[in-house]
Amino acid sequence: MSAVTATTPPRASALAMSIRQNRGFYGAVLLLAALYLVYNFIHPRGFSANVFIANTNESVALAFVAMAQAMTVIVGGLDLSVGAVMTLTSCIASELVRGEPWQIILGCLISVAAGTGFGLVNGLVIVYGRLQPIIATLATGAVAIGLALLIRPQPGGEVDLDLNWAVTNSIKDLAQTYHLFEDGEAGWLQPIAWVPVPLLILVIITAAVWIPFRRTVTGRTLYAIGSSEGAAYMSGLPINRAKLWAFTLAGFFAGCAGLYLAIQTGSGNADIPQAGAYTLNSIAAVVLGGISLLGGVGTVIGALIGALILRAISFYFRILSIDPLLQPLVEGVVLLAAVSLGAIRTLRVKNRLELFR
Amino acid sequence: MANDLTLPRLKSDDLPIVISAGFVLVILALGSIYTVATLGTMPLLSPNYLLTQLQTGAFLGIVAAGMMMVILLGHIDLSVPWTMTAAAMMATTVGGPAAIPTGLAIGLLVGLFNGFGVAYLRIPSMIFTLGVDSVMRGLMIAHTGGFAPQDSATPLMRYLAAEKLLGIPVAIFVWAAVSIVIAAILSRTAFGKAIYATGNREAASYLSGIRTRWVIVGAFVISGLCAALAGILLAGYSAKAYQGMGNAYLLPAIAAVVIGGTHILGGRGRFIGTVVGVILIVLLNSVLSIMQMPEAGRQIIYGLVIIVMLLVYGRTAKVTS
Repeated sequence: MSAVTATTPPRASALAMSIRQNRGFYGAVLLLAALYLVYNFIHPRGFSANVFIANTNESVALAFVAMAQAMTVIVGGLDLSVGAVMTLTSCIASELVRGEPWQIILGCLISVAAGTGFGLVNGLVIVYGRLQPIIATLATGAVAIGLALLIRPQPGGEVDLDLNWAVTNSIKDLAQTYHLFEDGEAGWLQPIAWVPVPLLILVIITAAVWIPFRRTVTGRTLYAIGSSEGAAYMSGLPINRAKLWAFTLAGFFAGCAGLYLAIQTGSGNADIPQAGAYTLNSIAAVVLGGISLLGGVGTVIGALIGALILRAISFYFRILSIDPLLQPLVEGVVLLAAVSLGAIRTLRVKNRLELFR
Repeated sequence: MANDLTLPRLKSDDLPIVISAGFVLVILALGSIYTVATLGTMPLLSPNYLLTQLQTGAFLGIVAAGMMMVILLGHIDLSVPWTMTAAAMMATTVGGPAAIPTGLAIGLLVGLFNGFGVAYLRIPSMIFTLGVDSVMRGLMIAHTGGFAPQDSATPLMRYLAAEKLLGIPVAIFVWAAVSIVIAAILSRTAFGKAIYATGNREAASYLSGIRTRWVIVGAFVISGLCAALAGILLAGYSAKAYQGMGNAYLLPAIAAVVIGGTHILGGRGRFIGTVVGVILIVLLNSVLSIMQMPEAGRQIIYGLVIIVMLLVYGRTAKVTS
């Protein structure tokens, strides 16, 4: 085997290896590309920056929630509180993100910190309380919703309008709003001026948080725990620290989702069904993005792709004038079809014992 | 480590049941102290009040009974909410004597489909049942056009859910009947033993000659039937089916099963614990509503109670190898 790989150029073999190891992820990327390409072909007005901006805007909150879910699924857990934590932070943000610039910045920081803190509490309960993540987060999710209702019994809030405009449009609009880079007219800015800010936010946070984290010992320990917690323990890996980080970062991503949702909608709403829907969709996104629910396989970027796939499907309803009532049906069928594709391997298994994991 | 292989009758499994039963008494005592202090009476301890609470608890109890079968296997059934709704809607749509059989048939079909996906396609139950729930929701919304259906429940459904027999709500008899059947299945039949064995270690059960895939399908069918029955009763109780009627039952059902001492990863748990767990959740809710606790406080207390109960007895073994 090693003789074969040694003869091929190292870079090509690395790519081939990566594709072999991450079939789910690359499949998801292809599916997303195909979905979005076809969408733009059949869109009545074709591809335009405005449509692209609107689409990314609608995807950010779900993408962040899916990334949060991915953190916990990779360690072999599940976080049923992500939607609730998002709701909690959006309610906090709807109270704080307004006023003077320093107040706005502080409000944003407090909102995200609240989500991160809640994630840390989840982690502490799960790691030191030794509770099953599913049931522990089910309970803490109820607490988060309760706190959100305390902060905002009625939907509402006045999030800063400039911020709302700047963050939900293109980079050029952002620069114009805050008079940066010669009001967005700077020459170097023009090639990327059309890029939607929401997309930029997603890319920056993923690049700044997940990619460096994954390279640390703690980050690699996540995968070890997900594959075999006992083996990870025997190898002397910092299991407790890694799990704490996983749930804390999940809280961080959920906090980002809540903050963005509050800025995007300009308000907060302690909506229990909405929180539940986001949690369930985050699980669907994680699976579509090639992350194994058994743990140890997949990346946060995969979850991001999965969330975008889910959203891309919903875009079709608008332009094909399909009855929006059918949306849950189509979403469910797509989800079942996607996971059933992965089931083909069960037909190839020769030793039936390999099925029982 | 020896505890890992204990049979479902040994003492370590009774501890959660004793603690949660004690907690039920604590809730009753605290609630009564509150009502004595504010109203001067103790409505919580009157048989009539308790029977009314148990009547509404019956729906949760039936859902939890089915959910327990699935959780004992280490799986979970997230399709409960829309199985309930679909069964209720189809039953009221068909109407007449065929109403209840139609509703139960929906539960049977959903259970078979769930079981097929989980047992044969080996898709994690968490995601497969979630997808089925979404499909059922879409089908029902397409069926009703998104509105509350106009058909009303049949007299038999109303009788089973809302009438009284010998001064006791009939729904409680239905719950008791379901409970006896499930408890008998779990403790007296080979299928019940197979559920515990499969939940402990599927590979070992398979090698011992248990047809584990059939066991999984059977458990999901029971869960589907229970959810359908609860949906039919709920439609009888409110005289008609409505959108999202099952949504409030999924998480409390899981919580009741787990509070009752059933291990979320499967293989351990006694049915009586689930009954105690349901009573605990129902009473907790009713005490909080007597205290006129706002929704926010309810959610927080509800979550904290689950966490505290689990910290007392639901802790998993430390990973050592």
